[in-house]
Amino acid sequence: MTAALRFDPIRLPSECETLRKEVRAFLAEEIAAGTFDPHQPDREDADAPEFSRRVGERGWLGMTWPKRYGGHERSFLERYVVTEEMRVANAPTRRFFVADRQSGPVLLKYAPEHVKLDILPRICRGELCFAIGMSEPNSGSDLFAAKTKATKTDGGYLINGSKVWTTSAHMADYMIAIFRTSPPTKENRRHGLTQFLVDMKTPGIKVNPIGQITGQFEFNEVVFTDAFVPDDYVLGEIDGAWKQATSELAYERSGPERFLETYYVLTELVRAVGKNPDTRSAEGIGRLVAQLHTMRRMSVSVAGMLQAGKEPVVEASIVKDIGTVWEQQLPQRVRDLAAFVEEEASNRATLEHQLSFAIKTAPKLTIQGGTTEVLRGIIARGLGLR
Amino acid sequence: MRIVTRNAVAESENIVAETAEKIFADLADTQTINHDKEGRWKEPLWRALTEAGLPLSWVPEDCGGSGASLAEGFSVLSAAGRFALAVPLAETMLAGWLLSQAGITSPDGAMTVAPANPKDRIALNPDGTLSGRARGIPFAKDARHIAVLATGSNGASIALVEAAAARIEAGLGLGGDNSDTVTFDKARPSAIKPAPKDFDQNSLMLMGGVARSLQIAGSLESILDISVRYAGERVAFEKKIAKFQAVQHNLARLAGESAAALAAATSAADAIANATAFNDEIFLEAASAKIRCAEAAEKGGSIAHQVHGAIGFTTEHILHRYSLRALAWRDDFGSESYWAVELGKRVAARGADELWPLVAAR
Repeated sequence: MTAALRFDPIRLPSECETLRKEVRAFLAEEIAAGTFDPHQPDREDADAPEFSRRVGERGWLGMTWPKRYGGHERSFLERYVVTEEMRVANAPTRRFFVADRQSGPVLLKYAPEHVKLDILPRICRGELCFAIGMSEPNSGSDLFAAKTKATKTDGGYLINGSKVWTTSAHMADYMIAIFRTSPPTKENRRHGLTQFLVDMKTPGIKVNPIGQITGQFEFNEVVFTDAFVPDDYVLGEIDGAWKQATSELAYERSGPERFLETYYVLTELVRAVGKNPDTRSAEGIGRLVAQLHTMRRMSVSVAGMLQAGKEPVVEASIVKDIGTVWEQQLPQRVRDLAAFVEEEASNRATLEHQLSFAIKTAPKLTIQGGTTEVLRGIIARGLGLR
Repeated sequence: MRIVTRNAVAESENIVAETAEKIFADLADTQTINHDKEGRWKEPLWRALTEAGLPLSWVPEDCGGSGASLAEGFSVLSAAGRFALAVPLAETMLAGWLLSQAGITSPDGAMTVAPANPKDRIALNPDGTLSGRARGIPFAKDARHIAVLATGSNGASIALVEAAAARIEAGLGLGGDNSDTVTFDKARPSAIKPAPKDFDQNSLMLMGGVARSLQIAGSLESILDISVRYAGERVAFEKKIAKFQAVQHNLARLAGESAAALAAATSAADAIANATAFNDEIFLEAASAKIRCAEAAEKGGSIAHQVHGAIGFTTEHILHRYSLRALAWRDDFGSESYWAVELGKRVAARGADELWPLVAAR
C-alpha cells in the first residue's frame, strides 16, 4: 500500500467523562451568572479576563504541561474534552485559547528555563493572552517569504517591519513571531527565519485594528519600529524556524475547534424543526449529524494517536481539511433547511441571527491556520505525490 | 512537551484477518480475476475460505462455526473490501451471525440474509411458514440457504430456509454481483426460533449496514492506493500527472473521503463489537457509518475515475471492480438517504439540547 491511513477507533477514557461533567457544570454556572450567552456566538470575540482566570483556577489551562510550570500533567484527551465543551457552549475563550493550545507548547519546547518559569504559570492561571505573528502584507500561506527583520544589536535584536491578520494582537500580552535573521540560501529558501517571543508592551510596537466582514475586530496589523527583543526571547535555533514550525501542526490542526466553529446553527435548526420534522428536514439533519459524528471520531482518533506518541501528520491535515470545509458548508446547508421551518417556531429569530453570523464567518474557516490549498499540498506530500 | 504514553489501542495480532488477507492475496487477486471471464477463480477461493472457517466466523463453535469475535470478523470484512471480494463471504457471515442470535446451527455452504432492505417485511404465518418478498438480496442465486428475519404476531423470529424453498428472480447490482428478488410463498423453514428480546429488523439492518460500510471503506483504501500509483506512472504534457497540482488536490480529497469512510466504519464496528444493546448510541454509530461511507463512495469513486481518465472507464482496468461495488454496497441494508431520515427523526425526537451529548458520548 502506498498510502495507509490510520484512524484507530479510540474512545475517551472514563476520567474524561467525569471531567466533561465538571466542565458542563462550570459552563452552566457561568451562563447562569451572565458571563456569556451561548446563543450569541458573535459575542465570542469579547475579552473575558475574569472568565479566563476562573478557567485557570479549575486547572483547565496548561492541562498537559509539567506541574513545575504550573501545568497539570493530564492527557491530551482530557484537554480535548475541555476544548470541545467550551467550543460547543460558545464560551469566550479568546483570551487564553492560543496561549493554551499553541504558544505554551512552543515555549515549553524552545524557551530558556527562566522564561518558562516566568511565563507558563501565568498562562496556566489564565492571565496571559498570546498572538501569533506569521503572516505579513506580502507573505501569508508562503510563510517562508517573511521579510520583517530582526537585526542583531547589543543584548538582543531590533525588529522592523509588520505582521498582518494577527488575531488578538490588540489584547495580547505576548506574541510568538517569526522574523528574518538571514537571507534565504540558494539551497534552502526556508532558511533564515528565527522564532521569537515578543512582549507586546515593548516600545516601537503599534497595533492597528482591521475590521472584518463579520463586524468583528479580531485581527490586526502590527507594526514594529526598532522594537527591542532580548536574546533570551529567541526560541530555538537561529535561522532554523522552518525546522520547528511543522512539528506542532498535528496538534494545531486536528482539534475540535476545526469543525465546531459553526456548530450552533445545527443545534438551533434541530430546535426549530421540533420533535416531528418533515422528511426533507429529517434527511438533512441526519446527514449533517452523520458527518459531524464522523469528523469527531476522526479528530478523537488523531488526539488518541498523539497521546500514544504517534505522529499522524497526514491524518491531522485531513481532519483539518474536511473539518473546515464541513463547518464552512454547515451554515449553507442549515439555511437550505431553515427555509422550511414553520413561521411560528419559537427560536426563529435566534436561528436567523445565528445563520447570518455563521454565513459571514464561513469564508475565513478554510483560510485561517493553513489554507485548504496548503493542507491539500501537505496531504499530497504524505501520499508521496510531491 | 511531555508525552504520556498509554496504549490507547492495543495493536492486536489479528490472526483471523491475516488468514483472510493471505487467502485473498493468493486467490482473489483483482488483476487475475478481472481477466478470468469464466469465473474459474470462484470455486478455489470459496473452498479455501471454507477450509479456513471464515464464512462461519461469527458462529459459535457449538453452532457449527469457528467462533471468532465480532471484532475479528469485522476486520475480515475490511480486508474483503480492500479486494472488492465478489463471493458471498460477508453475506454468509451475516447469515451465520443472525442464525446464532437464536441458537440455530449454521449449515455448510454459502448463505445470504433476508430482508436486506429495511422496508421489506417477511411475515411468519400462523402455520409456521413464511411469506413475503425481499428485494435486493445479495448472492441469493449462489446461496444454498437463506437466514431470514421474519415478523409474526409474537414479534420477530429467525429462520433458516433452503434457497430451493423460495422463488428467486435473478438481478444484477451495480457491481455486477447478484442482487436478487426472493419471494417466500408459504415457504417452510428448516429451523425457526424466536429472536432474542430487543432484537428486531432494525438490528439486522444496522449490522448489515456496518458490514457494508467496512467493505466500502476497504474498497476506498484500495481505490486511493491504485489512484496514487497510477498518477505516479501516467505521463501527460511531459510529466507525471501526480506533479500537477490539480491532480494532487483531487487525490488529497480522495484521501479525505477514504479516511472519513475508514474512521466511520471502524468506529461503528468497534461500537457494535462492544455493545450490550442496539441503543441510540449504536444507532448513531451504525447509521452514520452507512451514510458517510456511502457519501464517500460517491465522492471518492468519482475522483478516482477522473484521475484515471478513459482507461479507468474500461473493463480491462481493475478500477471498476472497486468503484462500482462501493456504489452498489450503498444500497444494501438501507441507503444513506434512508438512514439519514431515520437518524434525523431520532435526533429531532431527542431534542436540540440532547444532540451534542449524544455525539460527545461516542
